[in-house]
Amino acid sequence: VAPTRMAQQTYKAKKKAAEGGHRLLKKKADALKMKFRDYAKAIAETKSGMSSDASSAFFSLTQAEYAAGNFKQKVAEGSMSARIRIGGSVDNVAGVKLPVFTKYDTGAVADNQSLGLIGGGKKIVAVREKFTILLDKLIRLASLQTSFVTLDEAIKITNRRVNALECVTIPKIENLLKYIERELDELEREDFTRLKLVKKKKEVTQKLEDAAKAERIA
Amino acid sequence: MEAGKLVAVIGDEDTVTGFLLAGVGHRTAHGSNFLIVKQDTPLQQVEEAFQSFSTRDDVGIILINQHIASDIRHILKDYNETIPTVLEIPSKEHPYDPEQDYIMQRVNMYLGGGGT
Repeated sequence: VAPTRMAQQTYKAKKKAAEGGHRLLKKKADALKMKFRDYAKAIAETKSGMSSDASSAFFSLTQAEYAAGNFKQKVAEGSMSARIRIGGSVDNVAGVKLPVFTKYDTGAVADNQSLGLIGGGKKIVAVREKFTILLDKLIRLASLQTSFVTLDEAIKITNRRVNALECVTIPKIENLLKYIERELDELEREDFTRLKLVKKKKEVTQKLEDAAKAERIA
Repeated sequence: MEAGKLVAVIGDEDTVTGFLLAGVGHRTAHGSNFLIVKQDTPLQQVEEAFQSFSTRDDVGIILINQHIASDIRHILKDYNETIPTVLEIPSKEHPYDPEQDYIMQRVNMYLGGGGT
């Protein structure tokens, strides 16, 4: 690196940019961390709520079995194309793209309509309802989970960048700046010394000339 | 081919029946998106089902009973993809135990440790 004033300006600008970037990234990391905390809490709550929904759903299944007999096999063997599907979309949180699941109903004909004809039809409908509620919660939970994991990665990356700036880039630039300053000072000193010598010589030459002039007149 | 993704289910008979009734079941010539795990189902079949569901493009969420998840814990531990998401659910006989759910463990780690 050439120790010139121009280089010094360039590196001063670079340092400013790096420090600015560092500040911004730290802010981003903090924002992400807060969101992360929120998601963690939401997941904890939803999961425990889901547990009771699941028990109620299973209970309704037992009731239906009692009323309609063994319909489980028929369900598994019927023809089926999924009526419920998951749409994936992306949510932008503090600059990070998080995946979000939404449930949508294709509106296709519900399978197994004929299941409850023998008996216990109402109970089977109840099972369907309970499990649909459970499914809703689960899909929301899945969204939370994926966001959580994605946020985790994003935080790690951002922190890595913050550290890289802090421990590598900025110190490097600072060292360069110090080097340039030292060299510039050295050059100045050399210049200064040279000027003094030149001045001295000029004085000596001047004195000799003055002396010669004085002789000629005299 | 529809835009939406499927919900896959790996569970005992009750769990799978319930969700099939809710309308998530899908079966084509390719295969189905659910596996009923009985007492005598070999572990390898469960492992293969999980591998297959988790690598399929059209599966968005995999629901799995917690006690079955524990059986294939070694595969779940290494699973790090965001999609499909793996969700552990309780079954009729095994109520929900947050100690075993590995997502909950990470949640608790972060809630307790205060983040990275």
